[in-house]
Parts: sequence; C-alpha cells; structure tokens
Amino acid sequence: MVQEINSSTEKYLRGKYSIVGVGETGYTRGSGVTTRVLGTRAVRAAVEDAGLTMSDVDGMLSYSFNDSTPSPTIAGDLGMRLNFHMDVYGGGSSIEALVGIAIGVIEAGMCKTVVIYRAMNGFSQVRIGGTGRGGQSSLSGDGLFTRGIGLMSAGQMFCHTFMRHMYDYGTTPEQVASVKSIHSEHASNNPKAFYKKRVSVDDVLASRMIVKPLHLLDCCVETDNGTAIVVTSTDRAKDCKHVPAVIQAVVGRCMKPRSDMHYQSGPISTVAGHYAKDLLWPNAGVGPEDIDVTGSYDAFTFTTMLQLEDYGFCKKGEGGDYVSSGIIRLGGERPNNTSGGHLCEGYTHGINMVIENVRQLRHDVDDYCPRDANGVVQHSYDYSEGGCRQVKDVELTANLGWGTPGMGSAMVMARGT
Amino acid sequence: MSLRGEYLGMPVLIDDLDKDNQTFYRYCGQNELRAQECLDCRLKRLPPTSACPFCASERMEWRPVDGRGTVYSYGEVHHAIQGAFRPHLPYHLLLVELDEQKDIPNPHDGLRLQGNLAELDGSLATKETVKKVGIGTRVKVTFKQMGDEIAMPLWVIDQEAEQPTTPWRYPIE
Repeated sequence: MVQEINSSTEKYLRGKYSIVGVGETGYTRGSGVTTRVLGTRAVRAAVEDAGLTMSDVDGMLSYSFNDSTPSPTIAGDLGMRLNFHMDVYGGGSSIEALVGIAIGVIEAGMCKTVVIYRAMNGFSQVRIGGTGRGGQSSLSGDGLFTRGIGLMSAGQMFCHTFMRHMYDYGTTPEQVASVKSIHSEHASNNPKAFYKKRVSVDDVLASRMIVKPLHLLDCCVETDNGTAIVVTSTDRAKDCKHVPAVIQAVVGRCMKPRSDMHYQSGPISTVAGHYAKDLLWPNAGVGPEDIDVTGSYDAFTFTTMLQLEDYGFCKKGEGGDYVSSGIIRLGGERPNNTSGGHLCEGYTHGINMVIENVRQLRHDVDDYCPRDANGVVQHSYDYSEGGCRQVKDVELTANLGWGTPGMGSAMVMARGT
Repeated sequence: MSLRGEYLGMPVLIDDLDKDNQTFYRYCGQNELRAQECLDCRLKRLPPTSACPFCASERMEWRPVDGRGTVYSYGEVHHAIQGAFRPHLPYHLLLVELDEQKDIPNPHDGLRLQGNLAELDGSLATKETVKKVGIGTRVKVTFKQMGDEIAMPLWVIDQEAEQPTTPWRYPIE
C-alpha cells in the first residue's frame, strides 16, 4: 500500500505550549530505592523547578516497559488530584510523542498542565540490554524468529541497519566511535554524568566486541534514574520560574513502512527520520541549518549518526563525516548531546536529552561553572575538562528520538521570553 | 494442538491459535521453506503475517520458496545475552535476501529472512566458518529439527554458487 504523509498538524499550535519544569534524581547503578521513589522524586523536582505547586498540575503521563510505577501511585504519593493521566508502553522515542499527547489533551480541555516522567531501575532491576532476562519461558511462534536465533537485545536487533550503512556508504568504525569520544568530553563537564571520564576513539575501538559493529563503548550505559518534565501553555508559562522552552513542532513515533524489525522494506540504512523530517521541519517553520544544539538519541553511537543524517543535518551517506568533523562537539558549530547523553550521562529512553536542551535554552546548564550571589551561573564557555558545557546564545534546539531503525520521534524547541 | 519441541536446550511451544507460525515451522520440519503468497496481489511475505503487507488481504496460500539468497547484512555476536547461545560464540545473525521477489514491489524491498549461519549438519557455524561470511556471501537454507514435526531454518554457505572473491566484512576482525 502506498502511504503519503499527510502533514496536516495545525501550525497555529506552534509556540503555544512550553516545557516549564525539569527534574532528575541523578544517574546511578544501584539507586537503592524503588521506581516509585524515583518517580515521586523526579515529579516533585520538575514541578518545583517550574515554580508550581503540586495542585497546579492536573495531568500526568509516563512511559515504561512495565518496569516502572504507574501515575496513580506517584500522584497519590504527592497528594495530586489529576484530571487526566495515562501510562504508556514503550521506551525510546516515547518522550517527544508524549509531549505531543500532552499538548493535545490540554488543547482538548482535558487538563491544564501535564507532568511526564520516566522512572527506571535500568541497572539494578530490569536491564534493557537484556542481561539476565529470558531463556526460561518457551520459544513461541514469533519468538522463534527472535530469541530462537539469539536475537534479543537492542544491539542485536539494530545491527543490520548499522552494518549496512557502513557497506552502503563506506562509514568507518573510527567515524562512528567519535560520537562516544565527543559525548564523553561533554560528560566530563556534567557533574551528574555516570561516566565523566573522557575516552578516545582508540579506547572505543579497543573495548570488547558485543555484536559487530558494536564495541562495548558504542553502547549506552544502563542506569537507575527518575526524570520528569512539565508541559503547559506558553501563556501559563509566564507565571513560571524559568524562561520557557517553547515547543515549535513534535513528531511522535513516526514509522518506516513495515517497521516490524524484519527489514523487508526500503534501504535498511535509512531510518524513520527520513519520514519524520517532512513533518518536523515544515511544522516548526525552521530547517536543520537553523538549529543551535541537537539531542540525537545515542542508545548506540550509530543511532546518533543515522538520525542526524536522515533529518538532513548532512547529506545522505555523509553521517560518518558529520559526526567526526567536530561539528557536534562543544565549541563546534552544532553540538550534540551536551550532557553526555545515554552513552555517558545515563540511559533514560530519551527524556534526559530533552531536559538538557531545556536547560540549554534557559542558558542555565548545570555544569562546573560558579554561580553568583543570586544563583545565576557564570558561564565561562571554556569547554575543557571539568569546565563549562553551556552553548553560547542558544535559541533553537532539536531532539531526535530513536525507537528502532523503523521508528522515531522528534521535537524542536525555541528559547522563550 | 500446540506444537512442542526443543532447540539448543530451549523449550519450544507454538500455540494452537498461532496457525501461521505452526504452518511455517511444519513446512520447515519437512525440509521445505514456504512463504505466504497473497491470492489478490500475488506477492510473498516473510516471516508469516496475519494479512498482506502490500494490499491488506487475508486471502493467501503457502507457496514454496527457492531457499537461495545473498547475505544482505549481518551482525556477529561476541557477547551472548542468552545462555543457550553462549557455547556457540561468536555466532552470526544473518539477514538473507532471497533471489525471489528482489526489488519488488519497490527498489530495495526484498523477501528477507533472518537466521543463524550453520554448518552442513545444521549445527551453529564454527569460528572459522563465521569468518568466511559477510555481505554478498551466497547462502542457502538448511533445517535443524526441533522435535518430530517442526524445524529451525538456518543458512549454510552455498557450495555450488559462485561466491564473491571477498565478501564485505566489518573492517576490524
């Protein structure tokens, strides 16, 4: 069946909603608490960061792989009475989609302000990398095509796209490894990052092989964490504490044809961003050339590269050059994942990259720069180790969320007033 | 009736409601690779689906497929997640494009099936065989019994086919 994308989102919603609060618990391996505690702490932190009280927030959304604590429990713990809530199944590519849903439910008059959270003991309980999972229950019909052939983890599922990109375009292991190396530089300026140590391209290539073409350091770091953001109308944002991150456009879980992970359709070295970009850029009214900072999902080094390429930050096939050129480094033309991302800060299924871009847009990134008597960070813009990670004069950011090679989400945000 | 079996020490159970997978694996048990072919648009699809991905019709029949093809992409697993695969490291996850229905209905579309690389007896490939295979290697299907009625399809290097001088492999061995 031929399916044309109908880019029919009403463009007047552009700028009408904002992210006004962000909250995190920190990224650890061994939180020592339940996801209920992590979720509660993250939601409270995000609402307080917005300058709101718990009773100002009447909507709640969360996403998980059945490895979290649902909204009614978290809301109950914080004494919040909700007019709307929903807990969604899914991991990567959920957060941008949920921002779109939050906008929709507020627009429909179902509630006024929505907090979205992800709470996971991604290291100490359910490890997304698959370690310790499965092998006990029987192989079912569909399972024979996956677990039956030793295909379970995300790296094993995505390897065909990664390898074929190298084959189709001559992408090299060194080019791809530079994503980790550069993100580790960013993480070295992030007190919250789980891995703060800088690593080189050689370090990545010398780390043990997991599934070709992925070395250990091509893969992100499973952590325990709670994370949350608050979405409300840009009008209401005026009463909040910080400069709002104003949402220009969202794309939610946009798919390639037949994205059932059996790789039947199209060039498999192309990812869902190829389709998502035709919604994102027209609805945002800007193009990749206008973006100051990107947050391209780095479950693996490859996912950052593939998305930047298919969203048009470089020509098709030139992703390897783009990510190894220095453009995506702090101090470069368009830094990516300035927190260190999933590869270094911690794995959250995308939400920490949104939190980072909100802070970039506020010009208030929590790096090692000193704060003045009023609590305002005095950014040095010196990106050497243990220094600054604020990008100068950020006005526009793009988040590119990855679910699978065949599924992705995206969001453009602008600095508000 | 549910179909039961065992593969690499893992129990297999295909539910009696899951007729499509039961049929697919039953044919494999008879050393035959078959795919659903749509009775309306006459396109084949793999693995089994509940309707035609090209025209949404449920009308189909099971047609034999020539089990020869080319490695389209691969992953070489060095860190096993599942205990059953640990003794077989490194093992190949092959994405094989069959000769049939290549570039149909669109360029770069194909009838593709993922599976492991095997030796001629259906056991998972040795380290030496794994190193011989990359993108472009010509392979053909073989089957390993998983019980009385069903079998797992696997890929072996096609000894009769003309092979590329060097198949494309990840540059770091």
